[in-house]
Amino acid sequence: MKSLIQIMLTIVIVCGLLSFAASRLEAGSSAGGKGTLVVYNWGEYIDPALINQFEKETGIKVIYETYDSNEAMLTKIRQGGTSYDVVVPSEYTIETMIKEDLLIEINHSKISNLKNIDPFFLDLPFDPKNKYSIPYFWGTVGVVYNPNKIPEYLTFESWDDLWDPALKDKVFLVDGAREVIGMGLNSLGYSLNSRNDKELREAVEKLKQLNGNVKAIIGDEITPLMINNEATVAVTFSGQAADMMFENEELNYAVPSEGSNLWFDNMVIPKTSANVEGAHKFINFMLDAEVAAQNTDYVGYAIPNKAAWELLDDEVVNDERFYPREESRTNLEVYENLGLELLGKYNEYFLEFKMSLK
Amino acid sequence: MKFKSKPAFVPYLLWIALFVIAPIGLVLYYSMLDLNGEFTLVNYKNFFTSAYLTMTLTSFWYAFIITFFTLLISYPTAYLLTKTKHKHLWLMLIIIPSWINLLLKTYAFIGIFGLYGPVNALMKIVGFDPTQILFTDFSFVFVAVYIFIPFMIIPIFNALDKMNPSLIYAARDLGASPLTTFRRVIFPLTIEGVKSGIQVTFIPALSLFMITRLIAGNKVITLGTAIEQQFLVAQNWGMGSTIAVFLILSMFAIMLFTRTKKKGGRV
Repeated sequence: MKSLIQIMLTIVIVCGLLSFAASRLEAGSSAGGKGTLVVYNWGEYIDPALINQFEKETGIKVIYETYDSNEAMLTKIRQGGTSYDVVVPSEYTIETMIKEDLLIEINHSKISNLKNIDPFFLDLPFDPKNKYSIPYFWGTVGVVYNPNKIPEYLTFESWDDLWDPALKDKVFLVDGAREVIGMGLNSLGYSLNSRNDKELREAVEKLKQLNGNVKAIIGDEITPLMINNEATVAVTFSGQAADMMFENEELNYAVPSEGSNLWFDNMVIPKTSANVEGAHKFINFMLDAEVAAQNTDYVGYAIPNKAAWELLDDEVVNDERFYPREESRTNLEVYENLGLELLGKYNEYFLEFKMSLK
Repeated sequence: MKFKSKPAFVPYLLWIALFVIAPIGLVLYYSMLDLNGEFTLVNYKNFFTSAYLTMTLTSFWYAFIITFFTLLISYPTAYLLTKTKHKHLWLMLIIIPSWINLLLKTYAFIGIFGLYGPVNALMKIVGFDPTQILFTDFSFVFVAVYIFIPFMIIPIFNALDKMNPSLIYAARDLGASPLTTFRRVIFPLTIEGVKSGIQVTFIPALSLFMITRLIAGNKVITLGTAIEQQFLVAQNWGMGSTIAVFLILSMFAIMLFTRTKKKGGRV
């Protein structure tokens, strides 16, 4: 009995100490203020040299933290107790954050470099007039493939190429309901934001005919499989495709012409920011042509900064696979926030599709 | 049950209330909420009218196959183990792999089963064409069986180890063939071990979700996958909880089916 009490006491004391230590650590990590700026970004998503340059130019010390999913980031911001000054969520998360009143309106008069951004990337449905967010990088969903291992006529100019019998057991799909159902909708010429049940039904039926061709539906694991030539064709994000192509030069990437998803990662300032002034400075700094060009060289994603395009290699900017021309961009759509009910439906159809696979 | 020293039970009662009863209660509560947080039975209606019923059946089917093969491999292994000289050392060696993180082991299989992995290299030497073993029903069942084997062996080993060997000698002396001895003496005496083995295999096999993606490429869908998706992607906690309720019910059914009978347990 005595030892039992002792054990319980020990546990309570240890828990207490741990939570104290945790709270101290947390306070340390997000000790925002006038002299410091806490940037919360995706991993490997900025050239570290640029952070040093920003610190030198402004005298503001940058604390840099990273996350690996929009959901994880959102949970942390929602809970409060943090003082992140600049965060880089994807468009659908920005929509949620605006709705939940988590963001500060951006003062455009302090972002003089906004003129560098190509107008195509401004005033988009998820954030009209860019009240809350400023473009950082962008990309598409498409098909990454190894041309040496499939018949020559398959160029993925059309989504329908995925249904070709020559690709039996060769196609990998990204594990995302919006992406896969969206692909089905696009291949039929419908919008990937369709709210029409008949269209969704039709898309699922068409997807089910992919049966023999689909090898697997997976997430990040696709990257090493493509790099090691274990997989031949994969539907994935352009950013991931760029990573794969950097490692394996045989690979190619195409965005089918019927249409696809266009995604954005934009910079925002959360309500909890302790250095709003510094956050504006940082955003403006990242939009500078030279800074943006250097960042693109490092990160390898597509930048929406047209002033930076002039500074980048022609080879990079004219690569239509990653910088699709405006006329082909008209078929690209941004995900709209469909609401939980419709999202649930997309998920149920996706599950139905998965279950039909053998 | 009489509480002889009541205070000693307090931590356990607290534990049960907080970590057993409360979570199940919460799952039940959430299963009756719709997306807007209103009280409804619509989730249950959905469960019976959509793909979830088929999913439950496939989950059961795969869990059954996995348990069957695990038992098929584990029983003879446990039996042979009891015959070895250093049986506890051997048992230890079989258990050690279960100390390694499940995710790590699963990732290892991606490499082992890969097109350029050791299994295909071996196949090539023997003269077969390399095939993609990953993302098939076979790879899924294989990895799941591999993972569950130690958990099946331990209870069977213990049951066999406790068995009085003179009973076997008696059976043989009385003229029973080895097969009859096994069927009439050894197996009935170790049935409890087999039952616990089935419980610790079948129940987790019903809700496997990570292996379904990493090894089966999401072509095998279990109740676990569906729950994960409802909570993380669809953010429909109600539906996720409803599926969880059915998972709990299935587990309860398994427990009933494999419960220890008070009478007739002895031969």
